[in-house]
Amino acid sequence: MRAFWGLVWRDTVLAARIGGGFGLGFGFFALVIALVPLGVGPDPETLRQAAPGLLWLAAILSVLISLDRLFQADFEDGTLDILRLSPMPLELMVLAKVLAHWLTACLPLVLAGPLLCPILGLPVEAMVPTGLTLLAGTPALSLIGAIGAALSVGVRRGGLLIAAICLPLFAPTLIFGAGALKAAVDGTEMLTPLVLLAAQSLFALAIAPWAAAGALRVNMT
Amino acid sequence: MGGGRGTARQYDLTPHLASGQFPHRFGCVFKKVDQRIVTHAPTVLGQLHGLANPHRFMGFASAATPWCMALAGTLLIAGLYGALFAAPADYQQGDSARIMYVHVPAAWLAMAGYSGIVIASAIGLIFKHPLADTAAKSMALPGAVFTALALITGSLWGKPTWGTFWVWDARLTSVLVLLFLYVGYMAIWEAIEEPTRAARAAAILALVGAVNVPIIHYSVEWWSTLHQGTSVLRKDGPSMPWSMLWPLLSMAFAYQALFAGIVLVRMRSEILERRLRTRRLSLGEEAP
Repeated sequence: MRAFWGLVWRDTVLAARIGGGFGLGFGFFALVIALVPLGVGPDPETLRQAAPGLLWLAAILSVLISLDRLFQADFEDGTLDILRLSPMPLELMVLAKVLAHWLTACLPLVLAGPLLCPILGLPVEAMVPTGLTLLAGTPALSLIGAIGAALSVGVRRGGLLIAAICLPLFAPTLIFGAGALKAAVDGTEMLTPLVLLAAQSLFALAIAPWAAAGALRVNMT
Repeated sequence: MGGGRGTARQYDLTPHLASGQFPHRFGCVFKKVDQRIVTHAPTVLGQLHGLANPHRFMGFASAATPWCMALAGTLLIAGLYGALFAAPADYQQGDSARIMYVHVPAAWLAMAGYSGIVIASAIGLIFKHPLADTAAKSMALPGAVFTALALITGSLWGKPTWGTFWVWDARLTSVLVLLFLYVGYMAIWEAIEEPTRAARAAAILALVGAVNVPIIHYSVEWWSTLHQGTSVLRKDGPSMPWSMLWPLLSMAFAYQALFAGIVLVRMRSEILERRLRTRRLSLGEEAP
């Protein structure tokens, strides 16, 4: 267990110190959101209608661009081989890296994402539901993304492959994440989609470490 | 990287495949490899009978392909006659409902193709059998084409019936996502060069996708009822009169025979390609 937390700490610190860390993912998220009115037009009503879906799409994109470093950097410098030789099961190692990825790529969105609600014409009351849906749904993104990242480790143009693999699998998370947020904005009951969103994260937790570890074993030949 | 070739997991069966002298029962190959598999392999693979041997499979496939194609052609002609002339026009939709006879079998095959990939992938992962990997790979492109065909014919049918080519209906959306899953599956085969590695990676993706297909289906259903519940697909499957049912079944079997024929051809060319690859590799090693 010490090795597990040690790996989480190492990856979090590495991500924080190299490549922008906590700020960069959120910066990308904010940029996507800020570009939307330039494309859609500044009409507040239109923006408010589209806001839940846009917030979730931006979250998915910013998770997606951070995924290609999840295993690739450690694969290239050989760290992954050493981790594989350690007594810690590969599944647990995957889980530690996913947790670190969630802390660095998703937690900033959960905490700071709601601040962007006013830009999209959402009321201040929508901030808490925004944070809640991101909190419940982003673990599923990190976990499913880890499968895609593990499958494309050591593959040329792996980033494109990750997108081709992960985006279809993200569909349910997008549907329930945006659905829960829209329900909250419309003032209808948001508990059901929120619980289903959390269920997806738990379900991904049950299968992703094994699938990703299997994929890593295949790709580290 | 790692232990290299000698370890159990990375054992590559390609040379056996290439030589064509594949042992009939896999026990003798796997004996060196993995004690756990030896206990299962003779019985289970024995039930999959002698075709598990690629050499015999090649013979079977080249003999069966013309039969599949002939069956597909005959059933297609019969089914098209039934669909275009014998079957009555739909009392509400008129002649446009005849698109059903090309649309519904394609949609069935879209699902069946992915199920086939999943089953073959599971066999390939568990028994490390290269023929199962080849089967899974060969089913991907035809399956994707039939999925696209289902979407295209469906949207052509939607125009006269619903008044639009596309609605974000639950079933349309989940079939679209299925098409993307096919694309991702094929992308992984393209991206990883070494066949054994690509097969394992693609199989993992196929299984993860299989777990996700029901989730995607139900989430999309939930999502679409939230937005609009007006365009409900016709549900007249079993209540169909015989005059409409037999052309549909004939077309469905024709599609399946065609699919089987195409998959057999693709599997044969894939096996030949692997043999060629191994020959090249061995030649390359011998060169100074």
